[in-house]
Amino acid sequence: MPEKTLAGVTVEVDDQGYLTQPRLWTRELARELAREEGIQELTVPHWQVIEFMRRDWEEKGASPNLRRISKLSGIGTKELYALFPGGPGKKAAKIAGVPKPQGCV
Amino acid sequence: MSEEAVTKVSIIISRGSLEGIYPGLIMANGARMEGIEANLFFTFFGLDAIVRRRMGNIKLATVGNPGLHLPTWLGALPGMSALATAGMKKTMAKLDIPPVPEFIEMVHDAGTRLYACKATVDMFGLKKENFCPQVEAIITIGDFYEKSKGAQIIFT
Repeated sequence: MPEKTLAGVTVEVDDQGYLTQPRLWTRELARELAREEGIQELTVPHWQVIEFMRRDWEEKGASPNLRRISKLSGIGTKELYALFPGGPGKKAAKIAGVPKPQGCV
Repeated sequence: MSEEAVTKVSIIISRGSLEGIYPGLIMANGARMEGIEANLFFTFFGLDAIVRRRMGNIKLATVGNPGLHLPTWLGALPGMSALATAGMKKTMAKLDIPPVPEFIEMVHDAGTRLYACKATVDMFGLKKENFCPQVEAIITIGDFYEKSKGAQIIFT
């Protein structure tokens, strides 16, 4: 597995860049991962989505798909696309340090 | 064939049954989730998916649908299509797949552009106000090809 040094720590990621050990995630790491995804600064709504991703992954044992995020995070589809341009489900998962979502919607 | 990534798709939905409409919607939405630009072009009975008074009542075809493994005479019984549709909707809800009107709203919010085919709109005597607000315009097939510049065209 490839490794990456972000925010001063070395973490293991899979071949698509998702953290292989979501429990090693920190908020500082999220900021670095966001920058890698082209998001320079994480705003309050970004954190709302990220925290939902973390919580849902913790509770369900799987990453939420985009429709679930839009229904339950309090951030709607349109805004999700604006916050995480070019693939909100995947980008939010990567920044939140959880695995790539597996659903089709 | 080159091995370039898909960056844009133009998906045509031409059928008005549940199984005729969903694949195109799922493909368009999936494209947006991958950061791929997406157009949806509705033609013939596919228009039902975006006609206000029809979009909430899309049914599974129980006659002439061998994939259902249901004898034709049975599928033709009154209420059979409604029953099969209800069953399928339940399954889809479990998979987080929304009903057609909500799905249309979702793909639109995701940035998909929706168009109705002028030839069939005229043929069915429909007008812009018969369509849900997510429909951007009624366009000709020529316009469709123009908007599909650089896109993969997918017919469903």
